[in-house]
This record gives sequence, structure tokens and C-alpha cells, in this order.
Amino acid sequence: MNPRALPYILLAPATFFLCAFFLYPFLLVAWQAIATDEGELTTQYLSEMFTHWKFNTALTNTFWLVLAVVPIQVALSLLMATLVTKMQKGRDMVLYIWTIPLGISDLAAGLIWLTIFEQTGFLNSLLTNVGAIKEPIAFLGYESKGTIFLAVVLAEIWRATAIMLVILVAGMGLIPKEYDEAAQVFGASRWQRFIKVTLPLLKPSLQTALILRVILAFEVFAVVVALAGTNLPVLMSEVYNRQFDMQDTHVAAAFALLILVISVACTLVIMRALRTPKGASL
Amino acid sequence: MNKIASTITSPERHGVVGGEQRLVRIAFAITVIVLCLWVLIPIWLLIANTFSTPEEVNGFPKRFFPSFDTESVEFFLGFYGVGKALWNSIVVATLTMIMSIGIGAPAGYALSRFEFRGKSTFRILVLMTRAFPLPLLALPMAVLFLRVGLDDTVFALALVHTTLALPFAVLITFSLFSGVPIELEEAAWTLGCTRMKAFRKVILPLVLPGISASAIFAFVVSWNEVFAAAVLTIEHRTLPAFLLQSLDVAPLHLKFAGGAMLVVPALIFIFMVRKYLFAMWGIANR
Amino acid sequence: MAEIRITEVAKRFGSTTALHSIDLTIADREFLVLLGASGCGKTTLLRIVAGLETATAGEVHIDGKRVDTLAPKDRGIAMVFQNYAVFPHLTVFENIAFGLRMENMPQQEVDRRVNRTAELMHIEFLLKRYSGQLSGGQRQRVAVARALAMEPAVILMDEPLSNLDALLRMEMRAELKSVLAESDTTTIYVTHDQVEAMSMADRIAIMQGGRIVQAASPVEVYRNPAAHFVGSFIGNPPMNFLTAKNAGKARWTVGGTTIDGPASQQATLQFAIRPEDLHLGDGGFKATVVVIEPLGPHTLVACKVEDQMFRVILESDTRVAPNDVIGIVPQPDRVRWFDPETELAVAGRQAA
Repeated sequence: MNPRALPYILLAPATFFLCAFFLYPFLLVAWQAIATDEGELTTQYLSEMFTHWKFNTALTNTFWLVLAVVPIQVALSLLMATLVTKMQKGRDMVLYIWTIPLGISDLAAGLIWLTIFEQTGFLNSLLTNVGAIKEPIAFLGYESKGTIFLAVVLAEIWRATAIMLVILVAGMGLIPKEYDEAAQVFGASRWQRFIKVTLPLLKPSLQTALILRVILAFEVFAVVVALAGTNLPVLMSEVYNRQFDMQDTHVAAAFALLILVISVACTLVIMRALRTPKGASL
Repeated sequence: MNKIASTITSPERHGVVGGEQRLVRIAFAITVIVLCLWVLIPIWLLIANTFSTPEEVNGFPKRFFPSFDTESVEFFLGFYGVGKALWNSIVVATLTMIMSIGIGAPAGYALSRFEFRGKSTFRILVLMTRAFPLPLLALPMAVLFLRVGLDDTVFALALVHTTLALPFAVLITFSLFSGVPIELEEAAWTLGCTRMKAFRKVILPLVLPGISASAIFAFVVSWNEVFAAAVLTIEHRTLPAFLLQSLDVAPLHLKFAGGAMLVVPALIFIFMVRKYLFAMWGIANR
Repeated sequence: MAEIRITEVAKRFGSTTALHSIDLTIADREFLVLLGASGCGKTTLLRIVAGLETATAGEVHIDGKRVDTLAPKDRGIAMVFQNYAVFPHLTVFENIAFGLRMENMPQQEVDRRVNRTAELMHIEFLLKRYSGQLSGGQRQRVAVARALAMEPAVILMDEPLSNLDALLRMEMRAELKSVLAESDTTTIYVTHDQVEAMSMADRIAIMQGGRIVQAASPVEVYRNPAAHFVGSFIGNPPMNFLTAKNAGKARWTVGGTTIDGPASQQATLQFAIRPEDLHLGDGGFKATVVVIEPLGPHTLVACKVEDQMFRVILESDTRVAPNDVIGIVPQPDRVRWFDPETELAVAGRQAA
């Protein structure tokens, strides 16, 4: 066997797989959204999507969710990463506990928080037991859109912070502690050291974590369905409904294309905002 | 002497006056404990619900400690379609595991050992998969599978799940193989091994734990996946798809038992690979 | 007969040339050291002989057989790597036995060879351990034992001692030399440490910029460097160099005095002499003392001759002080001359 061909032979299955099951389907999605079954280009599916009465709600719900969840998660995961990096004893145990949500399906996470917010759930039980309320509150009821939103936000924060945490902990591990020590010697306070030394050196990891999290955030689906049913439409649930319930693959593709475009746009924005000039990284 | 040395080398430890230092440490510990409880209590609550009788689950107010009854679990396992869904989940996850490692590991090896034209193109291809919402793949794949006659099969879903897991498999095996110095292979070549033999006798034993961990990770990713499973399967639903589609109609104790069924295996698996999990996610982002 | 013949071997990586047409013959059972600074090509040349790199041009013959198209395992070589490459998942015994197992050798023979080489390298008490439980020095011995157990025609060593601490390095030098002298192998040893090279080699091939500058015995390389580079690389402290102006009739003005030299028409030549080949006296150079380093066995005096730095090794009881002006006289038969442009040695009035 020609040794020069060896790397290509090893790479071939993966390349073929990704092209066939990744590149090609994405092109198909875009195509399905803008072309009829007969192959004519059209904007009818897109306009059907935009003009549907649920569209605005789904779009704004999704955006509000992302805006509410991601910044809190960034702050929380930074806090957790800092804590865990400074720990000595018990570090492994704490890290395992904090990364448990990584292994939990988003559907399961939704169900977990359902046990809490459900009308006969633990939150109501707790509040009743301490005498704060007389009757259980319908947190997830049709009228209480606000609390539904809150419940979903809580569930998402609970579930997905670990994703950012792991990347940030790895990134922090790469920063030699000499930098922090030098800053200490030169008189920086704890907060200053965090803002002026740790955070800038963490930029590449932050960038990766943020991109990953934002893309996943726009895909939010099972958590919402588990907690809110149809009371909180989001973009992904619209995709699912179109595809599955209504068998309307073209409009589903239109929604998918929209999510795709938003994801790519956000990725580019984050890459731009958090880029480090050449030579300025570790 | 030691005390002086440690004062100089770690200003933080001795630089602050005693009382303040203690306060900081206490706040630190409390925050860590609170965050741990924040993660653990909700999981406990789900488990608590699972081991309650159906009456307790639907009743009010709930107690923190259930009666440890298996009635709900039995009901769940006996419910129509659950057994099949469980089986489908296992099959799909196993297929995903095998395919993603089988296809991804050779690619990871090639990336770590060779320089060749197209290397950076391939790496970009793999990285691009991170920038795109992968579950959306299910839509066009649904159409494709229909045409090929693969629709509503476990194999079709496994293909989609493999696409989800493949980039991870490539990146993880890449870092695993890169961690084995090439000198070990070269030494084996000078001691009478062909390339293949050197791989079997030297590399494989050293990377096996890591590869097993990433295989388990691929399994968990497939086990948990909801969207594509729900879109692509009807008769052969996996557990998440089954649960999703019965959310409207299923009684509470069924939902929670199902949720526990999703969570517990994942918890065990993640515990098994916890050493590698962290390394995998941390490294896989490069 | 494990003679190694390297003919016109060249290696290019893209636009950089790592080796320019190397010709070298290594006699059977010879211990040849490839010496040079990092980047000179010595490791590349070794790896080409091993079969871990392919030459862009040229041929390699081992024992009369052309090997550059063969895989490493078919060349009759064994190799000791810089970072030892001891397999972490195998015991010391299995590491040493690895190559033998690949040849499907019977267990009895495997045992015999492994025990013999382990004893030779003083690690027989470590046979059941794993590499993670060994020190760096012990791992290095395992790597050598593993190569020796193959009873190869050729042993290749890539800076095997450079990762050891100074004291251990000194001990291992002597040990390696005696072990390899007793075995029947031809050895190529790569190092950047000239003390290692001088102490171990039958012949040293000094490399610079992908070329062999000189290949000769240690004493020959020391006494008669073929180029300026060799003179300054070998020996610590290095050779002294001064510019000498042609004073006609094979006489040269250097350091304020005129001495006999080569009969050349060139305007200038490089005058060279080793620090230990000078003594205090009249009729030589006038030097102003800058720094005195009493090293114990002798005193190293750094001084200035005509504004150029010059080093002299004098008796340990020499009484000089900074800013003293002293006279130093070169020993005539140890003076060497180099062409200022080609940097090659020029035959002087006397060959050593």
C-alpha cells in the first residue's frame, strides 16, 4: 500500500459521511425552503412562515429566552469555573456533580423541572408546607405566561451551564498561575485580577463556549415542550409541528433555514467581538 | 523557614489578616455547597417522584422523601410501547457508538500523525459542524430516507445521530492519539513491527480507555437526543421520542418514570467516564 | 560485516535543504559520532539510516545491501531514542523482549537474551516493573537493553544522554562506551555535546548546515581542525582566533609580533591557537588581562590582544591581576591557520 495514500484512506469514510450526511442535507434544507417540489424557486414558503400568526411570538419568545439565559449562564459558569479552579480537596467530586447535567437529555431536564413547577409539584408543596400559600399556584397554567417563561429559563440555566463550565475550566487550566501571581505582586485586587488578567486570557475559550451555547440556545425545544406544552411557542417547536404534525416540510424547512441563518450570524458576531489579535493569546 | 518561604510565594495565603481570610473561605465553601445542591436536588426530586406511588405523584402536597414504592416504575415498564422504545433507544445508541468510533478514530489517527494536503480543509469541515444546529438535519434526511426506503428505521436515526457524534469522535481520538508520542510507534517499527502491528501492540493498549470513554459518550449523546428521534421515527420510536409524543396524554407518574429512565443510565455512564469527560469536552473545543 | 555506506544522501523539506549530498563510510564495528548544533542535520541523517525518513536523493548500504527502500524492521538496525520510547503498558522484561517477540523467538532464547542484556545494563532487578515506576536514567537503560537484545548489526542512538542530569550523564558515557565496545555492532551516535563525542567516538563526523565538515578521530579533530567551525566548536574553552596580515616571505604580522606561517599570497589569514598551547614569556603577544578565573587544576585568563578577546590557560599558581600587561608566547607546532573566506584550514609551516 502506498504510504502517501494512507492518510487519505483513513480520512475517506469520515469525509464521505460528513459530506453526505451534513453538507448535503444543509444544502437540501436551504433548497426545500426556497423551492417547490417541482424545482421552481419561490418565496412562498418563506412568506408563509413570516406571515403566520404564531411567527412573531415564536421568534420573540426564542430571542427573549436566549437573551435571558445566556448572560446568566456566562456569569454563573465563570463563577463556577473560578471556584473549581481554586479548589484543592474535593475538586473532582464537585466537578463531577457540576457536570452531571451534561449527561441529561433536555427532555429529561424539562421533566425534572416539571416535578418542581407542576401544580402538584414540589415548589407548591414547599410553599404550602411553610404556610406561604393556601392553595397551589398554577405556575404553568395557560394564563401565567410570565411564570412559564421563568420556569423555562430556570430549567435551561440548570441544564446547560455545564456545557460552558467544562470549556471554561479547561481554558482556565491553560493559564499559567504566574500571571495572576504577578498581578498580585503588582497590587491588583481580586476583582481587578479577574477582569484584567483572567478574563482576557480566557477569551478564546469564552468565544468557543459562547458560540456553542448560543447555537444550542436557539435550538431550545424539548425543555419548552415538557414544561409549557404549546403555551410557549419557540422557533424549534414550530419546525417540529410543521414537519411532524402538519406534514408541511417546506415551511418547516423555512423555519429551519431561519434558525440556521440566525445561528451563523451570531457565530460570526461572536467571533468578531471576541477575537484576539495575533500574538496576543497564550 | 518553610513558613517564610510560603509567605513569599503565596501572598494570598498569608497576605490578608486572619479574620478576613476566614470569612472569604467560608463564603467560598457555602457558594460551592449551594451550587452542588442546586444541581443535585432537582435530580433527587425526579427520582423521588419515580419511587412514589401513582397516587402520591398525582397527589398534593408532595413529601420530600417518597415512600420508595416501585408501582410507578412497574406501570411505566408495563405501559404499551415503552419496552419497544427502550429497546430502540439501546439499538440506535449502540449503532451510533460503533459507527462514530469506527469512522471517527481512523480520521483522528490520520490527523494526528500525518501532514497532507487537505488537512486544514478537513479540520474546517469538522469545526463547521459546531457552528450549525445539527438536529435540523433531521428534516431533509426525513425526505431522503423516505426516497431510499429507510424512513422510520433505527438505522436511519443512527445515521443522523452518528453525524451528531462524529465530530466529537474525530476531535477526541485526535487528541488521544496526539498524546501518544510517535517515538513509541517508531521504536516498534525498528523492533520488527509493520505499521499495523505497531498500532495494535503499542497504540491501541494505550488509547483504549480514552476510546472507550468517547464511545460511551457517543452512546449517551444518542440516548438523549430528542428532536431528530421525534421527527424521524413513528413505529420505531426511541424513548425520548416516545415520551415527547405522549407528553400531552400521559399521566404524570408515567412522565416522571420515563424521565428517570432517561436520566439514570446517563448518570451512571457519565460517572464511569468522568475522568475523560472533562478532557474530552475541554479538548474537543480546539 | 556491518559496514554502513552513505552515498550522496540529500534531504529536502519543501524549499529547505536539511542535508546536502552526504558521503560517509562507517567501518564495521566502528563507533561513529555525528556531532553538531541543533538544526545541523545530524538527527535527519540518523533517521534516514534508520528508515524513519526517506532521503530525497542518494543511497544507503548496510553490510553491502542497499537498504534505503526497506522498512526499518528489515534493515538489521536497532535504535535508542532521545526520549527512550519505553512502552508504558509493558513491563521492563516485555519491553526488552519486544523485538524478540516480533521475531517469534522461542521463550528460552528470549529469557536468555533479556536476562543477559538486563545484567549488562544493571537493571536485572527491575524486570517486573513498569516504565512509570522507573527514573529517567533507568528508562534509558531499558531502551539500550532493548536495542542490545536484538543483537543487531547496527545500533543507532539519537542523543540518548541529553535528558539525564550531568552526573548521570558522565557515568552512562563510560558505561555505554564499554558495553558497545564489547558487542559486535557498528554504532552511529548523535549528540550536540562535544565532550560526549570526544570521549566516546572512534571517529567524529562534525556537521554544520547539512554538511559534514570533518570526519576524523577525536585527537585529529582536536589537533587539526579542518575548518574554523571545528576549531571553535570543539574544545572548551574554544580556540583563539586572530587576524594575521601578510608580511611577505611566509611571515605574518599578528598580535603585534611577526611569526612564521604558510607561504600564501593572501592579504590576511586567520591565526588560531588553543588556550593551553600558550605560555608566559617574551617574544610573543602583548596582552592586557581582563578577567582571571582560577579553576583549580589551572587558571583561565581572559585578556585582550589588540582589542580582541583572547583566552590563555596558565599554571594555577600564576600571579596576574586585571589590567596587567603580560607577554604570551604561542607554541609554534600548535599554531593553526584558516582562510578568512572559505574558513578551511590552510597548511602551515608545520603539520602537527
